[in-house]
Amino acid sequence: MMRRDHCLQQLVRHRRDDDIVVATYQAAFDWMRLAPHPLNYLSIGAMGQASSHALGLALGLPDRRVIVLDGDGSLLMNLGSLVTIAGAAPRNLFHFVCDNRCYEANGSHPLPAADRVDFAALACAAGIPHVASFDQVDALAAELPKLLALEGPVLVALKVVPGDPSPQDYAFLHGEETRRRFKAALHGAL
Amino acid sequence: MTGGNSFAGPSGGAIIAALKQARVEFVAAVPDIVTSAGLLWPLSRDPAFRLVRLCKEDEGVSICAGLAFADRRAVLLMQQTGFLDSLNSIRAIAVEYAQPICMLIGLQGKEPDRLPTASERYGVRIIEPIMEAMGIDHMNIEGTADIAALIPAIDRAYAQSRPLAALIGRTVEQ
Repeated sequence: MMRRDHCLQQLVRHRRDDDIVVATYQAAFDWMRLAPHPLNYLSIGAMGQASSHALGLALGLPDRRVIVLDGDGSLLMNLGSLVTIAGAAPRNLFHFVCDNRCYEANGSHPLPAADRVDFAALACAAGIPHVASFDQVDALAAELPKLLALEGPVLVALKVVPGDPSPQDYAFLHGEETRRRFKAALHGAL
Repeated sequence: MTGGNSFAGPSGGAIIAALKQARVEFVAAVPDIVTSAGLLWPLSRDPAFRLVRLCKEDEGVSICAGLAFADRRAVLLMQQTGFLDSLNSIRAIAVEYAQPICMLIGLQGKEPDRLPTASERYGVRIIEPIMEAMGIDHMNIEGTADIAALIPAIDRAYAQSRPLAALIGRTVEQ
């Protein structure tokens, strides 16, 4: 099992300056602490929607990498998005699922079938062409460059536990200024 | 209205032409029988559009939001049941985040001779009051004559960054 912040630190090393990172809930809070950047897309709005926002961005901006930092509970609320992503087949979409088997933001209650559900297998069955799963940071660090060089869509399940606590700034996540800065950065106005 | 039938539905070709004139490039859709033959099938064959087939309508709200940030115009095509199922995403992303989510909504089960609020179908007549409660701009497309208003409505939605719903009340004609 890996600490989520240790996994995300590995991703920080490979982030290009023009990559868009779509992050939700606990992964978003950790990412904001570890890698603040105006191209972090944090205004997901409704639980489960990170992968779909990312698909829109990936289709609209085919020359940029779009990296999603999703939660397992969040993905379960929008599981069909895996099939939609497989169908749309964006080559620039990289979907990381923080698999902690619980609704961490809502009291850490377990997922349904928390002892059995397999997110990598779900992604394979949905038709995602490149799927991987990690529970050791060293293995993740070794494979990340290859995974991020693949033609997407790619899904990576990260078996994690919480790491150091991050500030939970919901006002920043949902704030109008966050969206304004993202759009300005996207179009070169920052 | 077309021909001698005063309750003829809107022309699918005219809706497609209006979407092109409004610079729409993407269509995110869950099939709906009101718009299936006259609109969604022709859209699926038109190379001017990228069709994203969805599993569930709320995906489309977020996809359209992502596309809007990329300055690419899109519409979400669905049935009113999909609108109802997607209310939380529409509430958060379209309304509270003020994003230009443009929805084309087939009103399955609406009587052709009645406006939506006068429908005997509960699931139809509640749609406009819900939109009014949420502050969503909406318009009715009953016949071909109503389609011209769609172009400035989409332009306005993007210019003002706010959602729009066009309620298609009769089966779209091929």
